[in-house]
Amino acid sequence: MYFSKEVLESSSRMRQKWEDEVKKVIAKGPDQKPRWSTVSDLEIKRLYGPEDIQHMDFEQDIGYPGQFPFIRGNQPTGYRGKYWTFRMFSGMGNAKTTNERWHMLLREGQTGLSTAFDFPTLMGYDTDSPKARGECGKCGVAIDTLDDFMQLVDGIPMDQVTTSMTINPPATVLWAMYCAAAELKGIPLTKIGGTIQNDMLKEFIAQKTLMCPPDPSVKLVSDTVEFGAKHVPRWNTISISGYHIREAGATAVQELAFTLRDGMEYVEDVIRRKGLHVDAFAPRLSFFFNSHSDFFEEIAKLRAARRIWAKAMRDRYKSQDQRSWWMRFHTQTAGCSLTAQQPYNNVIRTATQALAAVLGGTQSLHTNSLDEVLCLPSDHAVQIALRTQQIIAEETGVANTIDPLAGSYFVESLTNELEEKAWEYIHKIDDMGGMVAAIEKGYPQLEIADAAYHFQKQIDAGEKIMVGINKYVSAEPSPIPLVEIDDTVEIEQIKSLEAVRRKRDDKAVKRSLEDIKNACKKGDNVMPHCIEAVKNFASVQEICDVYREVYGEYRDPGLY
Amino acid sequence: MSEHIIRVMVAKPGLDGHDRGARVLARCFRDAGFEVIYTGCHQTPEQIAAAAIQEDVDVVGLSCLSGAHRYLFPAVVEQLRQRGADDIDVVGGGIIPDQDFQFLYDAGLKALFTPGEKLDDIVEWFRQNVKKRD
Repeated sequence: MYFSKEVLESSSRMRQKWEDEVKKVIAKGPDQKPRWSTVSDLEIKRLYGPEDIQHMDFEQDIGYPGQFPFIRGNQPTGYRGKYWTFRMFSGMGNAKTTNERWHMLLREGQTGLSTAFDFPTLMGYDTDSPKARGECGKCGVAIDTLDDFMQLVDGIPMDQVTTSMTINPPATVLWAMYCAAAELKGIPLTKIGGTIQNDMLKEFIAQKTLMCPPDPSVKLVSDTVEFGAKHVPRWNTISISGYHIREAGATAVQELAFTLRDGMEYVEDVIRRKGLHVDAFAPRLSFFFNSHSDFFEEIAKLRAARRIWAKAMRDRYKSQDQRSWWMRFHTQTAGCSLTAQQPYNNVIRTATQALAAVLGGTQSLHTNSLDEVLCLPSDHAVQIALRTQQIIAEETGVANTIDPLAGSYFVESLTNELEEKAWEYIHKIDDMGGMVAAIEKGYPQLEIADAAYHFQKQIDAGEKIMVGINKYVSAEPSPIPLVEIDDTVEIEQIKSLEAVRRKRDDKAVKRSLEDIKNACKKGDNVMPHCIEAVKNFASVQEICDVYREVYGEYRDPGLY
Repeated sequence: MSEHIIRVMVAKPGLDGHDRGARVLARCFRDAGFEVIYTGCHQTPEQIAAAAIQEDVDVVGLSCLSGAHRYLFPAVVEQLRQRGADDIDVVGGGIIPDQDFQFLYDAGLKALFTPGEKLDDIVEWFRQNVKKRD
């Protein structure tokens, strides 16, 4: 028991007195609204006290940093040894423009890189594909071949800075380019560090960057996990992502549950398909969460995530290496919480969301720029977003002590509640036969669609507030400068792709694509062949077309 | 004009996968009593136009959040025109800067809906403005 009998008795007595007072006050004038709930619509009590956490077991449920269940963090020193990584997601236009942005961010004190690719790259098409028309460089950087990639990492110390790449169906290809670029710069694969998102399950659930059906998609993920475990030991081969699940409209509980159940699915697949011991690869699994507007719900969610993962790894998968029990994660503030109306308010939203992520113990953070609701971020907007993190780290004092909200009646109680509700979902998905089976039934997709619709109805009814949207609406427009990627980027990119095609050795390209095809057919690991192919200047689409040919294409079923 | 049952296709052109808005609207139209066809993500303008004709819809609602709306939205209008179906109205939504509105109206878009719009207001616009196809 967490509290002594005496404490609980006196608390019970005093609570009665407080409740009587509350009744008297309410009799004179009711609360502003009858029901108070989180942004995810989880009902919150007026007050939390010792009785709300009395059933907790200190050793099993809370403990110390660096100790099971890691709710208080993986590292014994907290942020004193190192702040979270300031990692701004960026990519725009072509490789040269993005490289310039990267150097600017590093000069401004960013400590890690994060790559946004444009839609053709994300979907495995070259810029000159008819399907890519109008998209080049619009949402991120356009990469067709290793030639572009070498420009992207020009002047970047790849053995010192870690780089995250948000890439999913073509993750093998872009990671192969990173590996090839390092080798061409004379840096061995054992020295490079970073992350590929490479989380296909959440694509089917939420983000919809789709290429092949679920089973072969997970096979390619397992290839990267195996290759990383054997050859690129500092690389996080999956970033198991709740971010997009949340952005698609999920509640905090759904984000937590679906993300962690996705993680379990990958663990099971690598063990089954590759025959690796869990501790041979699990330490390099990483996670990625959203930090939304509801301050305490987010902090509780991140704390619960660490505890659920530690329990799952220790008890469900019998992992013996403590590093496998650590949930290491990146966080991004919630794009979907920002408003095009009165866009400067987005700075405040992002700041409070970033603060929640830090109080939840994130290891890495992207803060959205105020203009991201309208366009790619400008230099000025991205600098404010980066400074937001630096102010939190170095001015507010929240990094002075580890997990400062531990022991709060409310935060611990909410952490427990989110964990319990997440396990309910996890067990339900277990009963369905796992996440791939659940996705095929449309289960997580429709749960999220329900939540998204419910939230929109609440906004329309004024039950949930978005400032500038359904309250404190301003008649005055507040225009901000917009970054535009014009069509010449597409024309230039196609020209340079054509130039690469002219100068490369077509026979070598063909041979290496054949090797990838054979590996796919035999179930071998594609990674060594991908590295060979990109070195021969095979394009993103040429390699992805092999996957499409062998594995088939997946069509979005359009569930709503 | 509001007596007939509106038949609407909600469509996601291009490579963009941000489908939260499209799916919320599809459900909202269904709840409003419309007949709804949702294409799912990653449709080409050709596929959308062909499907709209095959499904005999009154209106197509396009959603794009990738920034490619200046190419994709007019392309759908053009594909419908080429197939002799320019009486199917096309409306759009997503992340669309104000400065692009006139360009898109000139290209034949009948209305544009951007973040912050109320579902009821969108439904009402459809009820007031969408004609039954002959």
